Amino acid sequence: MTEAATDHLDPNWRNSRAEPDSFEFDAESEAQIAKILARYPESKKASGVIPLLYVVQKQMGRQTGSAWVPRIAMDRVGDRLGMAPIRVYEVATFYFMFNTKPIGRFHLQVCGTTPCMLRGSDDVFQACKDAAKVQGYGHTSEDGLFTMTEVECLGACVNAPILQVDDDYYEDLDYDRTVQLIEALRRGERPAPGSTTGRQTSAPEGGPLTLLDVPGGD
Amino acid sequence: MALQDKDRIFTNLYGTQHWGLQAAQKRGNWDRTAEIIAKGRDWIIEEVKQSGLRGRGGAGFPTGLKWSFMPKSNPDGRPSYLVVNCDESEPGTCKDRDIIRHDPHTLVEGCLMAAVAMNASAGYIYVRGEYYNEHLILQAAIEEAYAAGLLGKNAAGTGYDFDLYVHRGAGAYICGEETALIESLEGKKGMPRLKPPFPAAVGLYGCPSTVNNVETIAVVPEILRRGATWFAGFGRPKNSGTKIFCIQGHVNKPCNVEEEMSIPLRELIERHAGGVRGGWDNLLCVIPGGSSTPLLPKHICDDVLMDFDALREHKSGLGTAGVIVMDKSTDLIRAIARLSKFYKHESCGQCTPCREGMGWVSRVMDRMVEGRAEIEEISVLEDVTKRIEGHTICALADGGVWPVQGLIRHYRPMMEERIAAYKARVAAPAMPMAAE
Repeated sequence: MTEAATDHLDPNWRNSRAEPDSFEFDAESEAQIAKILARYPESKKASGVIPLLYVVQKQMGRQTGSAWVPRIAMDRVGDRLGMAPIRVYEVATFYFMFNTKPIGRFHLQVCGTTPCMLRGSDDVFQACKDAAKVQGYGHTSEDGLFTMTEVECLGACVNAPILQVDDDYYEDLDYDRTVQLIEALRRGERPAPGSTTGRQTSAPEGGPLTLLDVPGGD
Repeated sequence: MALQDKDRIFTNLYGTQHWGLQAAQKRGNWDRTAEIIAKGRDWIIEEVKQSGLRGRGGAGFPTGLKWSFMPKSNPDGRPSYLVVNCDESEPGTCKDRDIIRHDPHTLVEGCLMAAVAMNASAGYIYVRGEYYNEHLILQAAIEEAYAAGLLGKNAAGTGYDFDLYVHRGAGAYICGEETALIESLEGKKGMPRLKPPFPAAVGLYGCPSTVNNVETIAVVPEILRRGATWFAGFGRPKNSGTKIFCIQGHVNKPCNVEEEMSIPLRELIERHAGGVRGGWDNLLCVIPGGSSTPLLPKHICDDVLMDFDALREHKSGLGTAGVIVMDKSTDLIRAIARLSKFYKHESCGQCTPCREGMGWVSRVMDRMVEGRAEIEEISVLEDVTKRIEGHTICALADGGVWPVQGLIRHYRPMMEERIAAYKARVAAPAMPMAAE
């Protein structure tokens, strides 16, 4: 997993944003941390490591426009949870969703696994390259707006192909709709996540064929 | 005879109604919960056993039996835990996502009932990291349940205390393996543990724990409300119940649908997913139960039933019921090679046969896509997959080699043709055998 996790960027972009010298949780993060730690037994605070690394990544996104986890922040997470730094580094590098190097403003995560491949993920990949102007997987566009990563199955296969932008899934894509999505992001818009063909979630195209006669109905 | 709407458990599968508590109660969730729980732990376990429910996460282990492994009391003071596996990452599987975003109260209520059955004081639902928006809905549903007194102290008026939490993973398929999930939940790398000890003896935080799939837990309330006989009435014996199928790939209308177990594959595809693109005769093969299950060529698909035992007879499996349909336009070798790449990417690296083997298999498969190989290497590849299988701590490597074995079993001539075509095209010097 680590090869892709450390290979998010082309070298030029990486050099322009070095590891910061310090990291402190802001008030918003502190509020989240308090909620997170309440979920685990007092003596098992290490369970909070993945949630706290997310808190870091979100805070970096808010503060710098690049959602990643610098090493100094991993140390702060370790301090907070009573974990040796190496234990935090291990977790941060094992799990694919932590960006251990800076990324662009928008993270384009193209699912390339077989179910998406069968439905045209090659076209989604090509559209991302063309519209976001990124050279390929692991690269960031010159303007620093887009980083493109190939991800493994996103678990939305009946709505393939999928592009995940940051936290949001865009589904039922083709080349043109992917280009339109990226152009909208570039304009500062954030289209509603979900099916790009207007389909009702995971129901068949044209509307559900089952569940037409169920209680409730509001 | 297809399943009728009145017998469907996930009545808001498509999110046409609101996911919230009020709407869920109108749909019948949280109905008579305290009354059912008052019947006691032994009754719940017996009813689940009688229903024939088998785990919906892939392995198909009988759920009631699994619950019965949990200690009846905790004399040493260790609590027991319920852990729910929503790491849904098996390529082709997207059913638990619909449950947590559209019908979360089926799961929350199921957690309470399962917790009573296994005497658990707390539960953790481990949601894959990518399901960010989905986990927010599940979290909100849990908060609603707390506010309504359905969780926490004296949950739902049962006299039983139960806390339920959501924990998000961070992008690792391996954490769908139950002991890797526990490691991850404890704040470590998701590397599977040796078994024994099994989680029912030593699980989360060293305490007795049971890990169940989302769908398994979410169907329990309806089984207990309507009775084991109702659930057992669907599907063939030992394969009973209803099941969410994810039908995708080269079909006209990909969709999720809850159907009766043992439904014929062809009927499933034609009734619910608009049929195979270009008609049934345009079908090449189907991966019936998520990426780990070996493919079935069309002649088997013509009349095979979708259940655990029928698919096992054809050396495949029901797995997670992610039905990946491929028509005759598919580059099948590339489709399987992409799965090999997936398993290479997702190997945790703990066991040598998997860490090295998944990479080796993936590299050889990439050459097979081009045909840049020797005919004999097909047999070498098959032999190596058999040496990997069964020689690792967990089943990831098994699941990683089965798709390749399925390809070789049914489509060896296709692979040979590809190699011959390459040789005819490129007069290259012979490759050293099985070299990378």
